[in-house]
Amino acid sequence: MNILVCVKQVPDTTEIKINPETNTLIREGVPSIVNTFDGFALEMGVRIKDKQETKIVVISMGPAQAANALKECLSVGADKAYLISDRAFGGSDTLATSYILSRAVKAVEEKEGPFDLILCGKQAIDGDTAQVGPELAEHLNYPQITCATDIFVEEGKVKVNRETENGKEIWETALPAVITVTKPAFDPRYPSIKSKIAANRAVIPVLTVNEVTAEPERCGLKGSPTKVKKIFVPPRKTGGTMISEETAQESAAKLATLLSDAGLV
Amino acid sequence: MEGYKNIWVWIETSDGEARGVGLELLTQGRKVADAVGESLVAVVIADDATKAAKAAIAYGADQVIVLQDTRFAMYETEAFAAGFCHLAKKYKPNTVLFGATTMGRDLAPRISCRLRTGLTADCTGVDMNAETGHVQWTRPTFGGNLMAVIECPNTRPQMGTVRPGVFKKGVMDAGRSAEIIQETIAELPTGRAKLIEQIKETAEGMVSLEDAEIIVSGGRGLGDPSRFALIQALAEALGGAMGSSRAAVDAGWISHVHQVGQTGKTVTPKLYVACGISGAIQHLAGMSGSDTIVAINKDPDAPIFGVADYGIVGNLLEIVPALTEEVKRLKAEKA
Repeated sequence: MNILVCVKQVPDTTEIKINPETNTLIREGVPSIVNTFDGFALEMGVRIKDKQETKIVVISMGPAQAANALKECLSVGADKAYLISDRAFGGSDTLATSYILSRAVKAVEEKEGPFDLILCGKQAIDGDTAQVGPELAEHLNYPQITCATDIFVEEGKVKVNRETENGKEIWETALPAVITVTKPAFDPRYPSIKSKIAANRAVIPVLTVNEVTAEPERCGLKGSPTKVKKIFVPPRKTGGTMISEETAQESAAKLATLLSDAGLV
Repeated sequence: MEGYKNIWVWIETSDGEARGVGLELLTQGRKVADAVGESLVAVVIADDATKAAKAAIAYGADQVIVLQDTRFAMYETEAFAAGFCHLAKKYKPNTVLFGATTMGRDLAPRISCRLRTGLTADCTGVDMNAETGHVQWTRPTFGGNLMAVIECPNTRPQMGTVRPGVFKKGVMDAGRSAEIIQETIAELPTGRAKLIEQIKETAEGMVSLEDAEIIVSGGRGLGDPSRFALIQALAEALGGAMGSSRAAVDAGWISHVHQVGQTGKTVTPKLYVACGISGAIQHLAGMSGSDTIVAINKDPDAPIFGVADYGIVGNLLEIVPALTEEVKRLKAEKA
């Protein structure tokens, strides 16, 4: 099986802090990580590789430093990596990003052979849009399954466990297909020292706008129908009421009364 | 951009009934439509659209476009996308609102991409700038640490998925009447990716997290998985659903369907009670939009108190059962 995993390098949003004086985001010193959900997608691919002959290729669109994210992927089971990088890609929204990725899929397939499965994280933890996976499927005219928690390969198709608001669903799709991955029941594996050293030595080829044969007017800001007009830090809640009566019983009673007065009980 | 008019709301259905979020969006869709003097149109794609169309009219749609076909009995991304695009190409809507449900977020990007237009994800604000005609889409980003205002100035329709629970359903008026347009489609792509089996996990009598108006969540501060019984008891007394932090899920104490937060669910109930949850930023990302937040924790410095409307510092093993009893007593008094 030939699997492509699309990953994004993101700031570790758990490390982000707000400067209380300026009410702005402190980005300095925030480490970059492989987007959490993309890590789950990669692990799901590597688990298929654990069971059957499989090649896993990872791609990432981003600046030169995104090569570090790809190296991380190589250290935990990916076989090949390509960085999709060009100044023309900067400022892309989900439509432009998914278009560029769809061109990159075709370009990488020239080198690595056709992919049976394309895995993406459900969403990136910085943008939280969950749109690039389905839009990539649309550009490629592939079927899609979103929010997968597990993938089972069968003859010429895959079965997918999927998580929705109401519980679980089992879906099936013909191949090739795009599958987006949410948090599975298992944790991604850790690299060994040996695999880490090997990954660090890897040379990662860079594909530019010409190499993926993307139309420049469909990339970057030009190719993005949505524009960010304003960014602001949401107002923080202040003035909460602390309840501290003599006993737990009394505090609980006071809270219940407050909630009842607010019409919540 | 010429020739595009009216505000569309996609009415998602479940077993033939309109899901709540579509009806909520009719409330805000009305404001958006009135701001530019256009009509509010509900779109129903289903094998039997009767009930959902009726509900859409009762909740304020000026017109309903129905695409009814047995091939829509089960949700399939490609069939629904083809059906919706067929309607959108014919009627050219100005704005389209989808609920940011699993289904809405599966479907909408497929449509916006095919129409080569902009889609803004998981919005918590939808306001029409009447001067420019561009919707101002407000959405949380960076795990809720930042808010962004997005617009789609050069292409139509302008599209967005909107978080359930942000807008409230209007008052139902069963006596309202509105035009229903029946549409058909000949060719439909079906069968590549399809649903095989559905396993509903929501326990009998318990509401799902996304639909719950009240949520009681437990975290590692419970100290022991068996103590989720205390959380469940309070949730039941309040008539709500049970949630949890990631730490409790990772510890194997409770299933992931209950997880609230960045790698779990985003919820916006009227009341959120966090018990033994410190309030890591990933958890706050999933619940800080709740109307009223209660925090019960032994650590007075826990960040959860920073977003709480009411807080109690103390032993939750004493407080939670006492609160459950008080709630039951107050409810009995009111009954």
